[in-house]
Amino acid sequence: MAWFKRQIPSLKTQEKKELPDGLWIKCEKCGEIIYKKELDKNLYVCMKCDFHFRIRAQQYINILIDEDTFEEFNQNIQSEDSLKFKSTRRYSDQIKDAMKKTGTNSAIRTGFGNLNGQRLVMCVMDFAFIGGSMGSVVGEKIARATRHAIEQKLPLIIISASGGARMQEGALSLMQMAKTSAYLAKLSEAGLPFISICTFPTTGGVSASYAMLGDIIIAEPGALIGFAGERVIKQTIGQDLPEGFQRSEFLLEHGFLDAIVSRLEMKEKLSKMLEFF
Amino acid sequence: METFVLDFERPIVELERKIQEMKDLSINGDMELSDEISRLKEKARKLRVDIYSKLTRWERVQLAKHPQRPHTLDYIKRIITDFIELHGDRAFGDDPAIVAGIGKLDGQPITIIGHQKGRTTKEKLYRNFGMPHPEGYRKAMRIMRLAAKFHRPVICLLDTPGAYPGLGAEERGQAEAIARNLLEMSILPVPIITIVIGEGASGGALGIGVGDRILAMENTWYSVISPEGCAAILWKDSAKAEQAAEAMRVSSRDLLEMGIADRIIEEPPGGAHRNHDEAANLLKQSIVSELAILNEKSPDTLVAERIEKYGKIGVWIE
Repeated sequence: MAWFKRQIPSLKTQEKKELPDGLWIKCEKCGEIIYKKELDKNLYVCMKCDFHFRIRAQQYINILIDEDTFEEFNQNIQSEDSLKFKSTRRYSDQIKDAMKKTGTNSAIRTGFGNLNGQRLVMCVMDFAFIGGSMGSVVGEKIARATRHAIEQKLPLIIISASGGARMQEGALSLMQMAKTSAYLAKLSEAGLPFISICTFPTTGGVSASYAMLGDIIIAEPGALIGFAGERVIKQTIGQDLPEGFQRSEFLLEHGFLDAIVSRLEMKEKLSKMLEFF
Repeated sequence: METFVLDFERPIVELERKIQEMKDLSINGDMELSDEISRLKEKARKLRVDIYSKLTRWERVQLAKHPQRPHTLDYIKRIITDFIELHGDRAFGDDPAIVAGIGKLDGQPITIIGHQKGRTTKEKLYRNFGMPHPEGYRKAMRIMRLAAKFHRPVICLLDTPGAYPGLGAEERGQAEAIARNLLEMSILPVPIITIVIGEGASGGALGIGVGDRILAMENTWYSVISPEGCAAILWKDSAKAEQAAEAMRVSSRDLLEMGIADRIIEEPPGGAHRNHDEAANLLKQSIVSELAILNEKSPDTLVAERIEKYGKIGVWIE
């Protein structure tokens, strides 16, 4: 006999829909079942509720950069486990697994490319690679990208998707915040534009360095953007956080974003902005 | 004030107490104990060297946050003359977790900025345990711009358990405030000397920590997250902080080996908390000698070398 029996028979259990791999995708926000090809055409934005699915760096490059114009550089730089870091597992194994899983060498892709014909330097973070965490490699690749932008007098765009600095590299990763900011200062002194795009999530050391230093700072709708993690804040203040806290709309309201732009309009908006500079 | 004794300090503290007792005895009575006293003093010295040379990283973390450790204002009182504190960020408020002001070091006008923790419960609450809000970082930047305007060097003392993780801090842009400081400090056209005097917790410390020289007092820690925070995330258990401190290599010596710190400032025997005057004196000597070198450099050279310094930090395979 069942211990808990439903009293009201009119309540229907929502059947968990098992989706055949790769053909259909369920929206994380509204639950809508979407045909993957359709979603792909719609740049991974839910047609029903405008939820922005998390996408890989390559997908963002495809969305923003004109076909066949992306020239990637420094793709061979890899992380080194200089601290011989070990927690529940070895950092060196974590790097290997991430490289295998993502097919890339780091949490960021950098290169030249054209956006509606405008040549620029593009950096796109990849959350799939150890949560997009920023260590020495991300710092160095951004520093070099910035140098290229200065040398060739090009605008710089960085798309962030990161939980913050990479703990497994200790103080070395902390210093990447200063390193990237220092190069961005040089870019600024050279009179070149830097557009920062924040996607879900842009937090910790990444938000407290380059992501918040754009001449223009844009976010995708609903992106989590902030310095401290939700759990830490809750523990510290001992109360629940207000609805929408640390989301794009909250940041816009408090004056920390220039605009919230849908992924579907991102390329056109950027193109118009770049004309201004 | 009741002396706070860490576990590993106990044997030394007990021996010192014994020496003091014997001293009292030999003064009050007729007993001749000077031989015995000097023998014990030598023993205490050796014991101290022995214990302190073997301290684990976690033990150094405990020294870094020792309740009697000198804080920014303790140092300012001892090494800066004519100190005048300057308040407020001219936008929102004044953050007591960061102290900033002008004064003289060995006769040279300077600007000094540091995290301030507080010692009594009331002070700690007032200083928010040394955890700044955005207005703290913005105040620091305002005072640094003032330093640049009047060509005064900047000295930054780092000692924080982290930037404050609260609602107001996020609403007012904690991330933006820190980021802005990193950018502006990297091109500030005057010498900046940064010294870790206690705890160097992540962006909260780095927010006033970009400089031409990075020095670290001997018993300090500096890393991307506190050992407790790291343990809570990676082990899901903040009690594993000791392991986290080892894994992240958070000590001043590690910082030197990673090529981040330029120099370690030795502390008085037993740690800075045992002798504030001597600790301040050692700190002052280091600042004065570094400043003598930096004073000679042009603003352009300073900024170029500073950016180059940070450009080199990091380890990767290519």
